[in-house]
Amino acid sequence: MAEALPKDTIRCDACPVLCYIKLGHTGACDRYGNFGGQLVRLDPHVLLDRAKSQGTPLVPFLEREGEWDGKLAKPAETFVTAIGAGTTYPDYKPAPFIVSSEVDGVNMVTVVTEGIFSYCGVKLKIDTDRHLGPERNLVRAQGEPVGHVTTAEYGSQMLSIGGVHHLTGRTKTEGRVTCETLLDLCNGKEVALSIEEGARITVAAGQPPVVNGQREERMRVGCGSATIGMFAKQWCGKVDEVVVVDDHITGVLSEHQAGKMLGVRETGIAIHGRRSTPGRYFQVAQPGTGWGGTNISDPLAVLKPFKPKLAWPHLRLLMVSTTGEHFAYYELDESLQPIEKELPPDLQTSVERIRENCEPALTTVLFMAGAGGSLRAGATENPVKLTDSVKRSLTRVTCGGAPAYVWPGGGITFMVDVSRMPENAFGYVPTPALVAPIEFTLKKEDYAELGGHMDSVRPLSDILSEKQRHRQLTSLPANPWPLKPSLEKDSER
Amino acid sequence: MRVRATVCLLPDGRRLHLNDGPIDLIVEADGARQEICKAYEAATERFVDILDELCDELPLLRSGVTQHSSLPAGSIACCMFRAVAPFRTRWFITPMAAVAGAVAEAVLAAMCGAAKLRRAYVNNGGDIAVHLAPGQNYRIGMIERPDWPTLFGTVELRSEFPVRGIATSGWRGRSFSLGIADATTVLAGTAAQADAAATIVGNAVDLPGRPGITRIPAREIAPDSDLGDLVVTRGVAPLRPAEVAEAMERGAAVAQQLCADGLIRAAALCLQGQIRVIGADSMRGTLCLEELEHV
Repeated sequence: MAEALPKDTIRCDACPVLCYIKLGHTGACDRYGNFGGQLVRLDPHVLLDRAKSQGTPLVPFLEREGEWDGKLAKPAETFVTAIGAGTTYPDYKPAPFIVSSEVDGVNMVTVVTEGIFSYCGVKLKIDTDRHLGPERNLVRAQGEPVGHVTTAEYGSQMLSIGGVHHLTGRTKTEGRVTCETLLDLCNGKEVALSIEEGARITVAAGQPPVVNGQREERMRVGCGSATIGMFAKQWCGKVDEVVVVDDHITGVLSEHQAGKMLGVRETGIAIHGRRSTPGRYFQVAQPGTGWGGTNISDPLAVLKPFKPKLAWPHLRLLMVSTTGEHFAYYELDESLQPIEKELPPDLQTSVERIRENCEPALTTVLFMAGAGGSLRAGATENPVKLTDSVKRSLTRVTCGGAPAYVWPGGGITFMVDVSRMPENAFGYVPTPALVAPIEFTLKKEDYAELGGHMDSVRPLSDILSEKQRHRQLTSLPANPWPLKPSLEKDSER
Repeated sequence: MRVRATVCLLPDGRRLHLNDGPIDLIVEADGARQEICKAYEAATERFVDILDELCDELPLLRSGVTQHSSLPAGSIACCMFRAVAPFRTRWFITPMAAVAGAVAEAVLAAMCGAAKLRRAYVNNGGDIAVHLAPGQNYRIGMIERPDWPTLFGTVELRSEFPVRGIATSGWRGRSFSLGIADATTVLAGTAAQADAAATIVGNAVDLPGRPGITRIPAREIAPDSDLGDLVVTRGVAPLRPAEVAEAMERGAAVAQQLCADGLIRAAALCLQGQIRVIGADSMRGTLCLEELEHV
């Protein structure tokens, strides 16, 4: 609809106020302005400055607000993130920022927008041996179902939180609580969750999980069998038998392949549970928060009486958990009963070795979302071409400058480690849905080819000149530089 | 689907930030945790409809109110209308003069209706609606200039005083002013009343015809301004002390009249470093200019 507007005046359609804005002025909100006849979003907007060297302090996003000297950064050294960029509403408009910059003589374009994700979720990887709850059981926050327990893999328990069914498929309260839980997890805040027939946990991205009030310090070095394999040689000659107690696979030195190879003598030990292969036992106890993720506090509970034909008095027995957190040392008496003794110093070393090989236990939060049709329309008039370009690795996807893994298959479904993103990069709308930054970076010629909004491309210098509207942060040195992720290492600079 | 509005807790984890188009609210509630959650939920629920509701009758809300004006339909619009109506015979005023206060009040009412709160406030860009349960109080800092915020005093709102709204107007602020005050802060029964009255008192702090004051028709800056061709202040040259006193006197006279009429409870006027307080005596130390302890 053509309207007769005074010269140099534009009409803002970002909200129903529909302000008329004169050249060089802003609308009623002070967040949209008329710059050179273009409607421009002016919110504080996060730009990343490339970390100059490895000497850059590891304090990731050093704020320099207020002390910027106004000097333009070398353009290619600044990346315009989508944090604070705004969204396209109602979707037929080009993305809020489409920025061109030159990197080593190649013209690049970054399409910058905040997406509204009403189908999104997070995957939690919780490094713990402790039993958090049966697979498939519900995970609740504030009493509302927000996700479920999925698989346990390699010493970590995975939880799936969010997704469209919890967000919008059930009650309003469930949707709101799910949204709040996702938002807090993504912004690195602590969240309390309870698992049906399982544990109560407190988790935050990049922090050790707290299980039933107990802070998890270390993750196990491997299963009980793997632990035997790793340390068998160090035990040889110092002890006659070792049992590594583990909820999954409990290992027994004398029966284990590693022990056999080293010529460890049979000890007549007998273990509760189901024998898998020699020296490896399943289900020695119930899952729990005791030794090695089992429910036991007295390790002798996994032992049956020693076989008198094979065992001998003064036989030396070490029992240890997969984290080295729990250990006990015994010697058999004349009637072949284990009597607890003080751990000899040379075995102490091996227990410490197990402990130091256990990495710090953390909770990791992967944000998982998809660039839907409408979001892609902000990048190109033919959204499927963007998908295609991402699939062919011509277009790189980042979230607030952090690298995103694009899951192959249909659509643009991506995952990003939230702890690699700038602080408080996520917001929400009452739909309920999360608001998260997403940037697509590609060569300018490729952008033109996929039907990009070429008329909306603005040079980086244009955006940098509105300095008071920006928040300049230093990029996380561990992240590849979004404009040029592959070739160069920071150390070369 | 309503995707425009954004809602988030501020990094302190206590205050709620609600934004939709030009409306930007900071909300805080005090009470049991459960009640705060209920209040924030209610605030959000109410908030997301407000901009559409107001925009539906924007032309009417941007028109000067006369005794022949028809009442608007929306509840917030009605509140705006009622707040500005007492001024319509002496001054040109549109319901928009009370929009910020009325929106703050509406969100606060939604919160108090849904939850039992000790105290709560909704701050709409300096126009604040306050809830106080018996025995509760709020201490609010006042600044002279939005672009150079220095505290010049505090307001203590106590439950026993009939003040639940506080608003500030000035030519340096986001809305236009016809006067030259850097800031005019008004305490009144409700936020909408305070908002409308702050506009009127701020307009009155003036030196008509004095050179060195830049005035531009509102329409030239914002083509759709409710002030149309009225000239609004865009710059004020340094004034002599006698001139400051004269402008303050004009504003103070209006403020005193509004106090006498029961429309406001107190006002503080700031102009080029001078501060004048009206109506504070009856409030027994509610509004004080003493130095703050370190905050």
